[in-house]
Amino acid sequence: MLETIKSKFPNLILEAVTNRGDQVIVIKKEGIKNIVATLKSDPVFGFNMLMDLTAVDYLHWSEKEYRFEVVYNLFSMPKNQRLFIKALVRETEPEIDSVVSVWPAANWYEREVWDMFGIRFNGHPGLKRILMYEEFQGHALRKDYPYNKRQPLLGPVN
Amino acid sequence: MGKITAPPPPDTPKLEKFNFMTTSLNEAIGWARKFSIFQYPFVTACCGMEYMSAACSHYDIDRFGAGFPRFSPRQSDVLFVVGTISHKMAPVLKKVYDQMCEPKWVVAFGVCTCTGGFYDNYATVMGIDTIIPVDIYIPGCPPRPENVMDGLMKLQAKIQSQRQEI
Repeated sequence: MLETIKSKFPNLILEAVTNRGDQVIVIKKEGIKNIVATLKSDPVFGFNMLMDLTAVDYLHWSEKEYRFEVVYNLFSMPKNQRLFIKALVRETEPEIDSVVSVWPAANWYEREVWDMFGIRFNGHPGLKRILMYEEFQGHALRKDYPYNKRQPLLGPVN
Repeated sequence: MGKITAPPPPDTPKLEKFNFMTTSLNEAIGWARKFSIFQYPFVTACCGMEYMSAACSHYDIDRFGAGFPRFSPRQSDVLFVVGTISHKMAPVLKKVYDQMCEPKWVVAFGVCTCTGGFYDNYATVMGIDTIIPVDIYIPGCPPRPENVMDGLMKLQAKIQSQRQEI
């Protein structure tokens, strides 16, 4: 399966490995929409279900060139297989294409990632915070967000 | 000739038969208010279990006249804030408090409502007194029912001793 995917997108896929039984591909973020649309529609793959969409902040990892990874967890019901897609996102340009047009289920996941990590999803139909409120300052799950920071609306300001 | 007999004269009224006492209006209203605490339980988290235990028949806070929860803030006297208040819940709590009629009191039930408790993060309010005034703080995670009784009696003492607005 991994080889087939890699041969379809040789320029976009940086790495394709099986790690402890999990199939993982690491991709350039420009290709995300193209790749997932193919993985969903092509009957060879049939990844018709988006199990999860989240992100990881690798701020203090010196070996990581990219600060964020947006992680897509896909499931293929016809093939009974799972696939993790990791899209690399730079700190200076925290945005990636939205996949709501491929899976409507991505809508709230992407809003959560925007709320918690501050990664913008281009083409999202209504990208606003989902867990916190609009006046919230910062993005709470970024590693450089102070754990005890107080918000100006509530205080006490520290 | 018939003899006309007058009806027997009524007994001289004796004060003790009337069962009355003298007091000041302030004291009397305070006494009435402290034994008719209609509470609004604003239950958001695990402290709610301990609140239910304290409110039900084992500990029976009806002894203090506080056994009648009203689930409308407009009919209640005491706001029991039971459980962690998050940033998103804060405006709801404020609105509920504003809807209550005077006189009103607020009890912070559990450490999360008193100070934020062990939460020190982006989502939790660090004590509800950053949003609304609080009369009684009942610490504990969760507080024992005895602790709740103690807080309730302190609230009664506070109600009794304050100036009663009519």
